[in-house]
Amino acid sequence: MLHVNDVRKSYPTAEGLVSVLAGVSLDLDAGQSLALTGESGSGKSTLLHLVAGLDAVDGGTISVAGTALEGLDDKGRAELRRDRIGLVFQQFNLIPSLDVGANLAFQARLAGRHDRGWSTHLAEALGLAGLLNRYPEQLSGGQQQRVAIGRALAARPALILADEPTGNLDEASGDAVMGLMLGLVAKAGASLLMVTHSERLAARLDRRLHLRAGRLSDRVQP
Amino acid sequence: MIRASLAALLSHWWRHPLQLAMLLAGLALATGLWSGVQAINAEARAAYTRAETVLGQDQLDRIVATDGRLTVARFAELRQAGWPVSPLLEGRRAGLRILGVEPLTLPRAAAVPGMPMLGSDDLGEFLAGRLVLVAPETLDRPGVAEALAGLKPQAAPDLPPMTVLADIAAAETLLGARGEVTALLIDPGRPLPGPLPSGLERRVAVADQGLARLTDSFHLNLTAFGFLAFAVGIFIVHAAIGLAFEQRRPMFRTLRALGVPARTLGGLVLAELLGFALIAGLFGVGLGYGVAAALLPDVAATLGGLYGAAVPGVLELRAGWIVAGLGMAVAGTLAAAGQGLWQVWRLPPLASATPRAWAVAAGATRRLQALCGLGLLTLAGGALGFGSGLWAGFAVLAGLLLGAALVLPGLMALVLAAAGARARARGVLSQWFWADARQQLPGLSLALMALLLALAANVGVGTMVGSFRATFTGWLDQRLASELYLTAETPAEAARLREWLEPRVLAVLPIVSTETNLLGQPGDIYGIADHATYRDHWPLLSALPEVWEAVARGEAALINEQLSRRAGLGLGAVLDLPGGALPVAGVYSDYGNPSPQAIIGLEAFGTRFPEVQVLRFALRLPATEVEALATILRAEFGLRETAIVDQAGIKAFSLRVFERTFAVTGALNTLTLAVAALAMLASLVTLSASRLPQLAPVWAMGLTQAGLAGLDLARTVMLALLTAVAALPLGLALAWVLLAVVNVEAFGWRLPMQAFPGDWLWLFAAAGLAGGLAALWPAVTLMRRRPADLLRVFANER
Amino acid sequence: MNAKTILVGVWLGLALAGAAVAQGFADLGATVEGFALPDRDRVLEFPEDHAAHPDFRIEWWYLTANLTGDDGAEYGVQWTLFRSATAPGETEGWQSPQAWMGHAAVTTADAHHVAERLARGGVGQAGVTLNSGAAFRAWIDDWEMLSDTAPGEDALDRLALTARGDDFGYALDLTAEGPLVLQGDGGYSVKSADGQASHYYSQPFYAVSGTLDLPGGPVAVTGHAWLDREWSSQPLAEDQTGWDWFSLSFEGGEKLMGFDLRDGGEGFTSGTWIAADGTPSRLVPGALQADPLEYATVAGREVPVVWRLRLDDRAFDVTLRAVNPGAWMATLVPYWEGPVRVTGSHTGRGYLEMTGY
Ligand SMILES: Nc1ncnc2c1ncn2[C@@H]1O[C@H](COP(=O)(O)OP(=O)(O)O)[C@@H](O)[C@H]1O
Ligand SMILES: [Mg+2]
Repeated sequence: MLHVNDVRKSYPTAEGLVSVLAGVSLDLDAGQSLALTGESGSGKSTLLHLVAGLDAVDGGTISVAGTALEGLDDKGRAELRRDRIGLVFQQFNLIPSLDVGANLAFQARLAGRHDRGWSTHLAEALGLAGLLNRYPEQLSGGQQQRVAIGRALAARPALILADEPTGNLDEASGDAVMGLMLGLVAKAGASLLMVTHSERLAARLDRRLHLRAGRLSDRVQP
Repeated sequence: MIRASLAALLSHWWRHPLQLAMLLAGLALATGLWSGVQAINAEARAAYTRAETVLGQDQLDRIVATDGRLTVARFAELRQAGWPVSPLLEGRRAGLRILGVEPLTLPRAAAVPGMPMLGSDDLGEFLAGRLVLVAPETLDRPGVAEALAGLKPQAAPDLPPMTVLADIAAAETLLGARGEVTALLIDPGRPLPGPLPSGLERRVAVADQGLARLTDSFHLNLTAFGFLAFAVGIFIVHAAIGLAFEQRRPMFRTLRALGVPARTLGGLVLAELLGFALIAGLFGVGLGYGVAAALLPDVAATLGGLYGAAVPGVLELRAGWIVAGLGMAVAGTLAAAGQGLWQVWRLPPLASATPRAWAVAAGATRRLQALCGLGLLTLAGGALGFGSGLWAGFAVLAGLLLGAALVLPGLMALVLAAAGARARARGVLSQWFWADARQQLPGLSLALMALLLALAANVGVGTMVGSFRATFTGWLDQRLASELYLTAETPAEAARLREWLEPRVLAVLPIVSTETNLLGQPGDIYGIADHATYRDHWPLLSALPEVWEAVARGEAALINEQLSRRAGLGLGAVLDLPGGALPVAGVYSDYGNPSPQAIIGLEAFGTRFPEVQVLRFALRLPATEVEALATILRAEFGLRETAIVDQAGIKAFSLRVFERTFAVTGALNTLTLAVAALAMLASLVTLSASRLPQLAPVWAMGLTQAGLAGLDLARTVMLALLTAVAALPLGLALAWVLLAVVNVEAFGWRLPMQAFPGDWLWLFAAAGLAGGLAALWPAVTLMRRRPADLLRVFANER
Repeated sequence: MNAKTILVGVWLGLALAGAAVAQGFADLGATVEGFALPDRDRVLEFPEDHAAHPDFRIEWWYLTANLTGDDGAEYGVQWTLFRSATAPGETEGWQSPQAWMGHAAVTTADAHHVAERLARGGVGQAGVTLNSGAAFRAWIDDWEMLSDTAPGEDALDRLALTARGDDFGYALDLTAEGPLVLQGDGGYSVKSADGQASHYYSQPFYAVSGTLDLPGGPVAVTGHAWLDREWSSQPLAEDQTGWDWFSLSFEGGEKLMGFDLRDGGEGFTSGTWIAADGTPSRLVPGALQADPLEYATVAGREVPVVWRLRLDDRAFDVTLRAVNPGAWMATLVPYWEGPVRVTGSHTGRGYLEMTGY
């Protein structure tokens, strides 16, 4: 499903080139979920962005659902995101000018795979049925993240990428959102790559990897 | 504390130099156009004042003859009776106003600076009639040097343009008016011996505001344009300042949290803004000077062409409008920043005012605005129905424009909502396109209002000028019925020409005219032959039956519309003319001529003005023979090129004068449109930063940056085009008010309104172009944005 | 009496002709093309020569009077009409080359009232005419010198004289009690060693009665007046800078006209001794000695207001004292002109004119 092989990424800063990912490799099978942990600034988001094709690698290869990202141009990567990937960020996921209903259906319609039944199911499952005509600014943080998850799943993507989706939420609503997401991902048969620094949340996924000093390891360092 | 706080405040501009540039540019532009117009007005007004105060006309009482005929003998009689009077001879020649004075008796209050006075070196030259005084640039105008051939003209900056001040002996020679005196100036410093002899009357000095009144509407027009441009410029300032406040909100909060009192902070922000206002104001005044200097020659042409008002084509720096310009810059800045300043003053230190709250509030504001707008539109309707006079006309204009501008955002929101509802079916992107347009509306509405005003002014003024031009050309076609016009140099040549021509053409129509006073104003009287040419073609607005016969018999006169309206002379009214009064039998339209004019029969003219020689002829002949005849005339009679003018030539010339007349309007129009485009650019740049969170999710979900940029560009062009749709009816309404209300009040005639759909295409093109140009740069910036910038939106550390 | 007058007249002419006034006297000696020149052989004819001579460049009708009021006070009166031309001859209308200037003054011991009028020739605002009935009229605006002459008398024998300024006016009747007096050589008066000259005659024998209108009210006056008539085209030598002019009447009925043309060197003095019956005796140039004794500051200038005059061969030695040292004519071309008292070998009254100070 997802193959990341020896990916390297560094950013130019005032102090020179800073290496963030120094050769990262991972594989994720269809339907599998993987938690990515690491300290703040360790490069978790960077890796996620690279996988989503939002940024380009310095070296190494990434392939999503059999498509190698290196071979794609900007347009191709946009297409890939539209069709295969669902993205959930920590915040600012929604389009402020569209109501909840439109936001939910947005990506599915963009990808031309709008499935009314599935959407309705998602909305109900996420507890959004009564909020469809509201605008994002009228929602709580937890509600907003539920919309974001629903939207990511609406197009039935092969891969869900989530970057601390509950990082802005209190523990109770975070757990509720996480529960919903894991349930729905499983139901959709999608793979999930989720960044989190919560051990508790990481434990709920199939596998976990730890990012440290630009490299992945299976073990949590003390 | 103050120094540190100020440094913090200013650091914002250091980080956002573009914003600062936009703020300063907007302010400078607004001030520039405003003060440019003011400079033009000031220059023109100064010229009128000079015209009115020359020879102390505004201070010195005069004696005139009740029958209009003063003589030198009468002057001597009065002097011998102890009257402290000085003779004045005034007349026109070759477009010049000739003033003849007698320096030995001229009251001191009448002295023109630069005029040789008693005891000065060149008084002798002046008395000898060699030295005459002329306004500096008047000498360079065509025809002036020839008219003053043989004289020694000397520049006198205090004289109004197109005025020649000469010794009375020289003046009577120039004017061919030996022994005539126009008026006697009374020396205010000496006692008067008693009551005036009969046949004379004393005219009390009044500052004659005639020219100023006549040109009021024109200057009002310019002022309105200047104000429009200023308002449009202030939109830019508002956008830039608004963004700066928005972005510095966290900084304000931090400063407050760190212990800077609200008052101090407000004061610092105010000081910062005033500093910018003064800097930009100075640039603006400089810019205004440039604009005015560039436009003044055209304005001078307009005023000369429309009203006969002589205005110099050269600009003088006047303290008045520099100060006014700076004042406007400060006032505009404060108006644009008022809201933000208020918030800085009032905001609790830890209030979390998010940009989004602002957007929600916009809906309520929009409704209030729309209500105000509707109120203004109603008021405009009321002024139209019940008001009268020029000011009512302008009140209608102001209400119409402002009201429409205020209604626009509400209207746009409705249209966008409707479009969005329909678009839902056509795909998610199109739905987002319209929804996002609506989202942007609050931020763009000021700029769109500016665009609306600029476009409406374009349509309105364009329609007015177009209607004017169409009417004018039609009138020219009628009035210039003869195929060829020629001018002989001497009566003998005229006689030979006539004899030679008579058997060769269909008709030879003599044209005679003389410059004279008509009801106290300089005007012209024409004598015309009795011929079908006039009967068939001369455009009479109203006439008594048998009008041409009565004129031919010398029993009636025709007068132009201006004289009729100004003096309130209708058909059958009696018009005082040299050599006896005549009843008015007809009124004709006489566009573009500021002076009163009358037409009488050729024979009656000859009896009344025996000294006027017949030198000009209009020839009727088949159009196909015109060229051949002209060639023969030049060859046989050695006529100069300028002595023969064909109809087409005169028309071309007239139209050229006409075009120049409205060149100013066109230039201001374009400038205003440019400012409106800049206002949009400013708004879009302002918005583009705050729009990243709105665009980033869409991008993340699979739209390319180029695609997003394209949509943004299309959205702005769409908004501009929508605005143009609204501007079209508004512009037509504007044109109607200009033609049917303002024009009648100001010029004395009403023009039929004509529509020019071809121009409307240009309107949409201009709107689209303005929108596109304004959106291009933000779009390109968006396209070039590094993905990292977009990603940062989602970043945890934000 | 009129050295100063010449200057005034020529100055006006210069101002009108456009020459720089700043050049001062340098131009006064210059010949002006086309004008007639005084002729020693010319015999003056009356009444014709009372009228204007437009072919000459300058001319004046210059009257001064020493009067006594019914209040016992001493008064001086001046009435002058100058003519000046930029070209010889007269034409009708504004094109005329002639210009006119009138000066009027009333002097008391402590006040000096002045008025001035200017006029173009050719239009009737000013002029001097002599109609067929020999009636003479000189006028500028509402100032007038009008003859009221019986048949057989000279046109100037009886005159009515009026003038007014902002704060004064007068109306005087003049009756000649003696003949016209030709100055110089039969009316040809030499003005410099180089031969500059003018035509010059006087009527110094007027008895005067009339009324002065003064700020304090009307004053009836009687006394004597002296009229000078002079015309020329080129009256001064190049180096002459100003002059002092005296017209004096003594108790015995004799009169003296004398002038001193200053040139920075010896100067040029001349004059005429007029017997009580009007017989003139020409003074040899240099015979008259005129010496300033006291100066007064007038209008910021030092002007001699007490003079000693001597004619050695006539045992004539008198002192002239200005009635009012402040008799300054603040006119376009300013000068000093006022009444004087005469004491010494002869007593009497007269007028003093001083230019170029
Ligand atoms: N656009 C960028 N330019 C420079 N440095 C960046 C950029 N994005 C991320 N970084 C740096 O890369 C490192 C990894 O960042 P990130 O992947 O966001 O960490 P995490 O998500 O694990 O907290 C950090 O040190 C961060 O400062
Ligand atoms: Mg992160």
